[in-house]
Amino acid sequence: MTRDTRVDRRQFLRVTAIAGGGLLLGSVLDSVSADSAFAAPLDPGAAAEFSPNAFIRITPDGVVTIIAKNPEVGQGIKTMLPMLIAEELDVDWKNVRIEQAGLDTVKFTGQVAGGSSATPNHWLPLRRVGAAARSMLVAAAAKTWNVPAAECETASGVVTHRASGRSLAYGQLLDVAATIPAPKLEDVALKDPKSFKIVGTRVRGVDNHAIVTGKPLFGIDMSMPGMLHAVYEKCPVFGGKVKSANLDEIKRLPGVRHAFVVEGVGTSLDGLLGGVAIVADSWWLARSARQRLKVEWDEGTTGSLSSREIATTAAVLAKHAPQRSLRKDGDVDAALASAAKVVRAEYFYPFLAHAPLEPQNCTAHFTSDGKLELWAPTQNPAAARGLVTKALGMQDADVTIHLTRGGGGFGRRLMNDYVVEAARIAKEIRVPVKLLWTREDDMRHDFYRAAGFHNFTGAVDASGKLVAWRNHFVSFGDPEKMAASATGQAPFGPGAGIGAGEFPARFVPNFALDASVMPQAVPTGYLRAPGSNGIAFATQSFIDELAAAAGKDPLQFRLDLLAAEQPSTGAQGGGFDGSRMRGVLELVREKSGWGTRTLPKGTGMGVAFHFSHRGYFAEVVQATVNRGGELKVDKVWVAGDIGSQIINPSNAENQSQGSVLDGISEALAQEITIDKGRAVQGNFTDFPLIRLRQSPPVEVHFHVTTFPPTGLGEPALPPVVPALCSAIFAATGKRIRSLPLSTHDLKWG
Amino acid sequence: MKVSLKVNGAPTTVDAPSDMPLLWVLRDVLDLKGAKYGCGVGQCGACTVHLKGAPVRSCQIPVAALQGAEVTTIEGLSTDGTHPVQRAWEEVDVPQCGYCQAGQIMSAAALLARNPSPSDAQIAAAMNGNLCRCATYLRIQEAVRKAAASAPAASAPSAARPRQAGAPRSLRTAP
Repeated sequence: MTRDTRVDRRQFLRVTAIAGGGLLLGSVLDSVSADSAFAAPLDPGAAAEFSPNAFIRITPDGVVTIIAKNPEVGQGIKTMLPMLIAEELDVDWKNVRIEQAGLDTVKFTGQVAGGSSATPNHWLPLRRVGAAARSMLVAAAAKTWNVPAAECETASGVVTHRASGRSLAYGQLLDVAATIPAPKLEDVALKDPKSFKIVGTRVRGVDNHAIVTGKPLFGIDMSMPGMLHAVYEKCPVFGGKVKSANLDEIKRLPGVRHAFVVEGVGTSLDGLLGGVAIVADSWWLARSARQRLKVEWDEGTTGSLSSREIATTAAVLAKHAPQRSLRKDGDVDAALASAAKVVRAEYFYPFLAHAPLEPQNCTAHFTSDGKLELWAPTQNPAAARGLVTKALGMQDADVTIHLTRGGGGFGRRLMNDYVVEAARIAKEIRVPVKLLWTREDDMRHDFYRAAGFHNFTGAVDASGKLVAWRNHFVSFGDPEKMAASATGQAPFGPGAGIGAGEFPARFVPNFALDASVMPQAVPTGYLRAPGSNGIAFATQSFIDELAAAAGKDPLQFRLDLLAAEQPSTGAQGGGFDGSRMRGVLELVREKSGWGTRTLPKGTGMGVAFHFSHRGYFAEVVQATVNRGGELKVDKVWVAGDIGSQIINPSNAENQSQGSVLDGISEALAQEITIDKGRAVQGNFTDFPLIRLRQSPPVEVHFHVTTFPPTGLGEPALPPVVPALCSAIFAATGKRIRSLPLSTHDLKWG
Repeated sequence: MKVSLKVNGAPTTVDAPSDMPLLWVLRDVLDLKGAKYGCGVGQCGACTVHLKGAPVRSCQIPVAALQGAEVTTIEGLSTDGTHPVQRAWEEVDVPQCGYCQAGQIMSAAALLARNPSPSDAQIAAAMNGNLCRCATYLRIQEAVRKAAASAPAASAPSAARPRQAGAPRSLRTAP
């Protein structure tokens, strides 16, 4: 039965007869042709890896099983990637079954939910997987009938030879298909998008039925025979260590099986941090025991840190010469000296928690033969395995990671602290165990969206044209390294940086981007549209101030600014195409009726745009503030350009609306403050999420262009925050230079 | 302590700590994982179930209050996912991550059981206690409207009378 399936690096597809009958169409992606295609931006180490992949399984009954390889955290990838394969395989979506893969770095690369990267990275490669399989099935039919393959066509999983009126279903062709040589990746013909039957249609989430019937899908739903339940207490001051704990008392409490101190590994805040593990018969008993836990902590050196101190330090840094210049075009000082109007403003945005609704959890089983099996809702399973093997001194081959559906990710689950904690506990107790954090654990031990401070100076000339721009950005990272060198990668903390090409670089003749950083005492990471979610607020809000100084309509001012594009020089500032942004800005102007309506006092419209994750988004917000200062967001219009094809319009609309409401949620009242070295907020009582009653209608329009399709998990979020703040300015005359909005008094009149 | 209650129509006896919330009884004693833990303080609604037809936050109801309780969870809302609210949720393609949706659906089903044709304001009021971190609120609203339209008042399934599949299932009881 089993054929020789020697891996040939030049060969794209291999065929395996599988147990029980059927055909496994696996693909081997050439590392050269895959190139950047499977390179996950957040895991560059995996990019060069050569990987044999297995995506399609067809059984004689005609059922097509497609493997979904990437982690699903609500972005819709478990539906979307298989759509690409099914389209080119030319089968009916209703006959497709989807299977979630676990971590498999031999078969797959880029098993990451991050960077809105899955669409651009898989658009062609996974279509080719489907098309290559189809071409083999066509060849099998042609061979069976002894006719030229070119005379055969496919539809709905059936090959037809029209001239002789014969047809065979894919399920009938498996044995012959297994003898057909696999085509090369670059030789496979793809469909004309005009003939797509699945791509471009509204396909519902493949897990919808399981979700609406309450089936166990998520990491937290894991259970297995003999499984115990764990909680893990860490020092509330980031990176603190256990000095002592009342373990003897805890061990005597009802249901408690184990209580022990875990020593941290290394000093990194994203490694295994020290703490106290309590393992009990049920999670409730573990949690109850934890309430009696008394730990004496070594809080380290940051036990007095506060948000106030951070703001003070940032203000001092802003007054001094920057630690480093990231970009300099023209002569800003000369331009400021001769400009008609100069505007200065300081912008601030706070730390934010990710707060995915499913608290962090991982189920782990360390078996007697020294192997470790993990079930985790992680966005980055390869990194999880790396963290675990490093912390526990294990080999990759001894660690198996199953991917569960994640109850939200938003970038939080790119970090795998909860995975390594579960693994460490499992290794200690040698029985299956589920670690589950409380909501408070999640909120107080996050890798926060970095707070940021932007110190702007800008100027317009007599005609209202933007002639000078300076931003001294103050963030977190390694101050010594920042000051030590003028070149090379700027040593910002995770998610705390800014790109040298960030808009409006290349659009203003005299431009300076400078940076200074404070030491990294608060763990930061990647929150949906990292960097962009704060930078867009500051940058677009300041552009609004400059438009006002110029006496120009804020939308027209932006169109004029985008028209002033200078070509990209070298690596800096590439990737952003001003004409594509003008396209969405013009579309949102039309759809929102910008400037065509007379609004009552207290109601205003604001506009903003932002380019991130290869997506172009312009958004208009209409908001009303009553005299008492109560804010209501009336409506949001979204125009996006993510290329030539909206792969799944239903999910595209859902993602865009969700991103916009998520942005409004962040702006309204979210803030993590630091006091005594720890995060103050702990639950949705003091870190509120937007609710249904606060959610305005969000009208989404896509500007279809000729560019390759790009991702949608993130880029619709950033513009809504500054658009909302500018709408508030239009409504009240109050300029919002810091977030969240709940810290402002919006009363007027 | 030992309490006797009905879960999805099936009588069961649970022996659990008196302060253990219903949520953990359902999830870890009875192995019904549909109700979700999100906040533990009654703020997010992911744990919503019906108690005699009324939507409640199961993370806030201790075992001590469960004697004689009649509990319906998402698993018991219909036998096969055909409750009008479940159907509407699938048709409108509401979920993103899906974690909150069982709680959303239980809140919506309870609303429609007592008010088969709610206004938008009534929908918003009934659903405002359920957080969706993915912010699928616009589709939640649409799905509730659709479920209301698809289930004429006379035949709207009452949350107080969940459909049963023949004889009550025997549920595992805690040791």
